[in-house]
Amino acid sequence: MGVETLGDNVITTSLDKVVNWSRSRSLWPMTFGLACCAIEMMATGAARFDLDRFGIIFRASPRQSDCIIIAGTVTKKMLPVIMTVYEQMPEPKYVIAMGACACSGGIFDTYSVVQGIDEHLPVDVYIPGCPPRPEGLMYGLIKLQEKIMRERNSFGAAIGIGEVINDA
Amino acid sequence: MSIEVVVENLKGKFAASILEVAEFRGETTVIVKKEEIVAICSYLKMSEGFNFLSDLCGVDYLGKKDDRFMVVYNLYNISTHARLRLKVAVAEKDATVDSVASVWGTANWHERECWDLLGISFNNHPDLRRILMPADWVGHPLRKDYPVQGPDRAPYQGGLS
Amino acid sequence: MALTETMTVNMGPQHPSTHGVLQLILELDGETVIKATPHIGFLHRGVEKLSEERTYHQVLPLTDRLDYLAPMHNNLAYVLAVEKLFGITEAIPERAKTIRVMMAEITRLKSHLVWLACHALDIGAMTVFLYCFREREMIMDMYEKLSGARMTSNYFRVGGLSADLPAGFEADVRSFIDVMPGHIDTYEGLLNGNIIWQKRIQGVGVISAEDAIDIGLSGPSLRGSGVDWDLRRDNPYSGYENYDFKVCVEQGCDTWARYRVRLAEMRESVKIIRQTLDRLQAGPIMADCPKICLPPKKDVVNTIEGLIHQFKIISDGPKPEVGEIYQGVENPKGEVGFYLVSDGSGRPYRMKIRPASFVNLQALPQMVQGRMIADVVAIIGTLDIVLGEIDR
Repeated sequence: MGVETLGDNVITTSLDKVVNWSRSRSLWPMTFGLACCAIEMMATGAARFDLDRFGIIFRASPRQSDCIIIAGTVTKKMLPVIMTVYEQMPEPKYVIAMGACACSGGIFDTYSVVQGIDEHLPVDVYIPGCPPRPEGLMYGLIKLQEKIMRERNSFGAAIGIGEVINDA
Repeated sequence: MSIEVVVENLKGKFAASILEVAEFRGETTVIVKKEEIVAICSYLKMSEGFNFLSDLCGVDYLGKKDDRFMVVYNLYNISTHARLRLKVAVAEKDATVDSVASVWGTANWHERECWDLLGISFNNHPDLRRILMPADWVGHPLRKDYPVQGPDRAPYQGGLS
Repeated sequence: MALTETMTVNMGPQHPSTHGVLQLILELDGETVIKATPHIGFLHRGVEKLSEERTYHQVLPLTDRLDYLAPMHNNLAYVLAVEKLFGITEAIPERAKTIRVMMAEITRLKSHLVWLACHALDIGAMTVFLYCFREREMIMDMYEKLSGARMTSNYFRVGGLSADLPAGFEADVRSFIDVMPGHIDTYEGLLNGNIIWQKRIQGVGVISAEDAIDIGLSGPSLRGSGVDWDLRRDNPYSGYENYDFKVCVEQGCDTWARYRVRLAEMRESVKIIRQTLDRLQAGPIMADCPKICLPPKKDVVNTIEGLIHQFKIISDGPKPEVGEIYQGVENPKGEVGFYLVSDGSGRPYRMKIRPASFVNLQALPQMVQGRMIADVVAIIGTLDIVLGEIDR
C-alpha cells in the first residue's frame, strides 16, 4: 500500500508547477504605452475584452510588474528610457513586443526608429499587426502564460539553486 | 478685404522687399527679402489682421535653387478667414533668419523644429534648442543629403535577408 | 532663518497621465509649479522624410499613424491636399464627399470619447473611462466593417474612397446615432454635478483669447477661450457648407469650458451624421480622372486601359504640376494642415504636417504656471494631445 489516504482536499504536485502556475496566472504588465498600439492595449484592458479575467492587471510602477508590453514604435530617443524601466523591473521578467514597430520597426524604416526592440531586449512573445487586435494581444499573453508553465527549476532559481531552464 | 488688396498694400508699404508674387490653385505666395521678414510679419499682423500663424517650415532645395533653403510662413486671418503664404530664401552659407517669435508666440516651437530638422538657425530666438531629435544628435535629418535610414546604416536594397 | 529651495521633478516620458511619451520637467515650490518645460520627440518616426520617398498614393497609410485617435481626419486632410495639388477638387463625386463627412464626424466622436475617457480617468473617474470605451467599441466595429481595420483605417483615397459602404452599414450608423445622445447624457450625468470633477477643472488651465491665438491654439481648445472659429464653417471643405451645425463656443477660458465645448461638439457631430445619412445617394465613389485616381478593381482585371492605369499609378505615381499648396481641416484636436511642395515628379518634394497637438502643447507651460502639481494632469488632459501627431 505505501501511501496513507490523504483526504479529499489535498493534491500532490511539483514545486515548479505551483510556482509557474502562480506566476503565469498573475502577470502584471507595466502601463507603458508608446504609440498607436497603446490605444489597443487600453481597449484590451477596458470592459469589452477585460484582461482582468486572466489575472492581468496593469501596474504603473516597474517595481511591481513582471511583464513589459512594448506597445508601439521605439525611437532612438526613447530607447534609453525603456532600458531604464526594464532594468528596474524585478526578476523574473518577460517582454512582449506588440505590433509591427516593436517587432521590426514596421513601416518606419527611418533614421530615428529602432528596427525592432529585440536588438536590445530579450523578447518572449512577438505579436504582429499594425496595430494588433485586442484578441491578438490576449493570444500573445496566453502564449506567454503557456511559456511560463513550461519553465523548469523555477522554484530552485527562486531560492538560489541554479538557473531557470527554459526549453521553449 | 480680398487677398489681392493685402498684396497691393504690402507692395505699397515694402516695395523694395517684395521679390515675387505667385498664385497657384487659388493660394497666394509672396516671396520677400530675408532682412525684412520681421517687419513684414508685424505689419501683416497689426494692420492686415493676420493674427494666426498656421505653420512655419523650411524646405531644402538642394541643387535646384541658388539659395539652398526656403523658410515658409503660412498665415491665417481668423476674422476674414484668408490665407497668405510668405517665403524667404536662405543661403546655405548664411543659414539664419530673424525669428518671428516676437510677432506670434507660436513660432517658438516651429522655429525650433526648423532648426532641428533642417539646420536653419533663427536670430533672437528665445530658446533655440533641438526639439524632436535628442540633444546630442548629429546632422539635420530633413536635409536632402541626409539618408532616410540614417548615416550609420547601409541603405536597404530590397529583398529578404 | 529657513532656506527655501525649488525642487525639480521629472514627469514622464513613462507616466500614465502624460498620454504617451511626453516628458515634463517641473520646477516646484512646494506643490506649486513655477516652471514647466515639455520635452517631446520620443515618438519622432520621420514621417515627413519617409513621405519624400513615396508616391502620393503611398503616403496615405503613414497619415493614419499621426493622430491615431482620429485616423480618418488625417486621411481626409491629406487626400484633400493632394486633390488640391492635382486640381481635381471639383471632380470628387457627391457620394464620396458625403461619406467622407460622415466618417469624419464618426471619427470626431471616437476621438472625443478617448479624450473624455482618459481625462476623466486621470482625475479619478474610472466609470466614465469604461463607459466611453464601451461606446468606442461600437465605432470600432463600424470601422472594421468599413475598412477591415479597427484603428488604422486607410479608407479614403486620392479622388474618392477605396470601397463603397458595405451592406447594412447605414443601418448600423443609424442605430449608433440613435443611442449616442443618450450615452452623452450619461457622461454628463456622471460628471456635471460631480463636486470632485467641478473642483478639479473649474478655473484650472486658464488662457485668455489673445494669448490662445498668439500661441496658436486651435479647435476646441481655442473655442473654450471664446474664439468663434471652426474651419468646417469658415473654410468649408468636402461639402461641409451643406450641413447645418452649430459651432460650440464657451467663454470660460478654463478646463471646464473646454469640457463643455467638446461635449457640445459630440452632440453636433451626431446631428451632422444624421444629415449625411439623409443626403446619401447612390453614385460613383471615385473621381473620373484615370491618370490620377486608382481605377476600380473590376476595370483592372477586365480592361487593358484599367490595367495600364493601375500599373502606371502604382509604379510611377501620378505627377502634379510644379507648385505648392496648404490644406487645413478641423481635426478633433484643432487645425491639421498639410503643406505640399511639388517639383513635378511623382513624389512629394516636401510634405510638412501642421499638427494640432504640437502647437496646442506649446500652451502648456503658461497654463500650468502657478498651479498645483495635481492640476498638471488635468491640463494635459484638457489639451487633448496625441504624441504621434506631435512628434510625427
